[in-house]
Amino acid sequence: MTSATETPGLAMPRINPKAIVRWTILFIGGVLMVTPLLYMFSTSLKTPGQIYDLRLIPAEPTIANYLEVLREGDFMRWFINSSIVAVVVTLSNLFFDSLVGYTLAKFQFRGRRFIFIAILSTLMIPTEMLVIPWYLMSAQFGWLDTYWGIMFPGMTTAFGTFLMKQFFETVPDDFLEAARIDGMNEFTIWWKIAMPLVTPALSALAIFTFLGNWTAFFWPLIVTTSKELYTLPIGLTSFAVEQAIRWEMIMTGAALATIPTLVIFLVLQRFIVRGVMLAGLKG
Amino acid sequence: MATISLKKLTKIYGKAEVIHGIDLDIADGEFVVFVGPSGCGKSTTLRMIAGLEEVSGGEIRIGDRVVNELDPKSRNIAMVFQNYAIYPHMTVRENIAIGLYTQKLDKDEKAKRVENAAQLLGLTDFIDRRPAALSGGQRQRVAMGRAMVREPAAFLFDEPLSNLDAQLRAQMRIEIKALHQRLGSTIAYVTHDQVEAMTMADRIVVMKGGHILQQGRPMDIYSNPVDVFTARFIGTPSMNIIASEYASGAVSGNGGSPILLGVRPQDLHVGTTTDVGAGTGLSLSGPVTAVEPLGPETLVHFRVSGETVIGTAPATEIPPVGTEVTAHADPAQLHRFDAETEKALESL
Ligand SMILES: Nc1ncnc2c1ncn2[C@@H]1O[C@H](COP(=O)(O)OP(=O)(O)O)[C@@H](O)[C@H]1O
Ligand SMILES: [Mg+2]
Repeated sequence: MTSATETPGLAMPRINPKAIVRWTILFIGGVLMVTPLLYMFSTSLKTPGQIYDLRLIPAEPTIANYLEVLREGDFMRWFINSSIVAVVVTLSNLFFDSLVGYTLAKFQFRGRRFIFIAILSTLMIPTEMLVIPWYLMSAQFGWLDTYWGIMFPGMTTAFGTFLMKQFFETVPDDFLEAARIDGMNEFTIWWKIAMPLVTPALSALAIFTFLGNWTAFFWPLIVTTSKELYTLPIGLTSFAVEQAIRWEMIMTGAALATIPTLVIFLVLQRFIVRGVMLAGLKG
Repeated sequence: MATISLKKLTKIYGKAEVIHGIDLDIADGEFVVFVGPSGCGKSTTLRMIAGLEEVSGGEIRIGDRVVNELDPKSRNIAMVFQNYAIYPHMTVRENIAIGLYTQKLDKDEKAKRVENAAQLLGLTDFIDRRPAALSGGQRQRVAMGRAMVREPAAFLFDEPLSNLDAQLRAQMRIEIKALHQRLGSTIAYVTHDQVEAMTMADRIVVMKGGHILQQGRPMDIYSNPVDVFTARFIGTPSMNIIASEYASGAVSGNGGSPILLGVRPQDLHVGTTTDVGAGTGLSLSGPVTAVEPLGPETLVHFRVSGETVIGTAPATEIPPVGTEVTAHADPAQLHRFDAETEKALESL
């Protein structure tokens, strides 16, 4: 059609109109997502007098806020609380969700379909409805205001089980049978053969679970009463409430709170895209 | 090394019986090939021997033990799967070493066995690679390595070459056979490819619909198939089957009831030069529909009463499509089957 396609060496870079639209949309989306983050960091570097000065680069950047937040005894405590909760719940989901998912995917037994559907159907109950029974249960068992109280509702999830089941179904039976013939027991087959074959799913599950628990607000707010057990999101709101909304402090806390998320992303980065993609494909 | 023996072995899935009580004795060190069309129950039989499927009825013995109730791992057998089942997250060395998972050997001994197996299979240069970096043939060798290090009582293969291209398949056939001759191990090998069966087996077991139709040495089955199915299944191209009334000059007779005549394309000589006395043997004529020059000889397809028949012509005589040809077969090369039951009648 055009000579440009026939002589690529001499051609002007061809600009595809579709590409322009695509990049424009992506650019706008990117700006929308990045701007609040930039303002968060920017505000965290401002003095209280400067917060309503909306310049992105503070006139006189200062790390005083960071020092204050870290010096304020409770912040580190909340950070540690959030870390404990998010890490324990994530590990628990990786272990139990995949164990149950594997069993549902790879073993034939009476009631298998029923169990699977029962697990799936819990996905349809909204958290708001569950909070009251959870609370009553915690009160009865003495779990209020404990780590276990914060963690127990999320130790396994229907979504995680479903995700892992779908992935284990893609693992060929031959792999498991070969291992069986070579003498591995069923637990070892799961752990040494099946689990390594679904690492993308495990990474995706780890990310979803960690982020979900790191940012969880509603349930931790209800179940904790003492400041020492607050998780970060609860603690950060208490800044707002108790200290007449000190935006620079809230932003500093929020900036510090994003660090673990960034670390998780960097560590699991090479799996994320694949994992999310596969999760999408599997629906 | 061990014998394997099946007695009245059956398999039932739900309500459907798919293996109907088969009997078979595999001798120590014998290479037995199960062959048959897809769905005839070859894999099911092999998987019952391996312990991957429960036995519904009958008995399986490996050596002098009845193994019906034993775990796969307690049967001391090794299995090679169609898609190799080598683990993508482990190196070749680790994959082969999995074969020694339960063996109580010290580390050096294990390493030595793994390296010996790798060397025997020509994998030494790839031993620290992952399967993703290997070709199909190399992956298949890794799977065989994992089976070999165990030094099992018997090897089971389920269509191990089906995923390879034709050339590699031919090469691996020879390698597996050479390996068998070297190790002297008992092998049960499943395939739907009659060429694999003919070239590798000490004994062929022809299966169809969950029954064993015939078993015997490859040449015996080739020369004396017991029915039309086996006759057409073994040998390529398939044997021609002709209703006797269309065969002029054929010897007929089955106490008057109709018979079918079978003749292999290699035995049906097309052309005028073949010197066959009139009235003896089989003589067929018809128009040529296709020719396939193979080099040493040419396959000639021609039509006789609406049926396509394949004969062989010398390399130098390629009849044009459309011409009328006549083909002759020696009486000794004819197979006769009852038209009703399709069972072989005793040879002429
Ligand atoms: N898990 C199963 N459930 C029900 N039927 C099966 C199962 N596995 C195999 N079959 C049936 O058993 C028959 C034999 O199968 P198979 O042994 O795999 O055949 P082959 O290996 O000779 O192709 C087929 O008709 C197949 O449909
Ligand atoms: Mg099969």
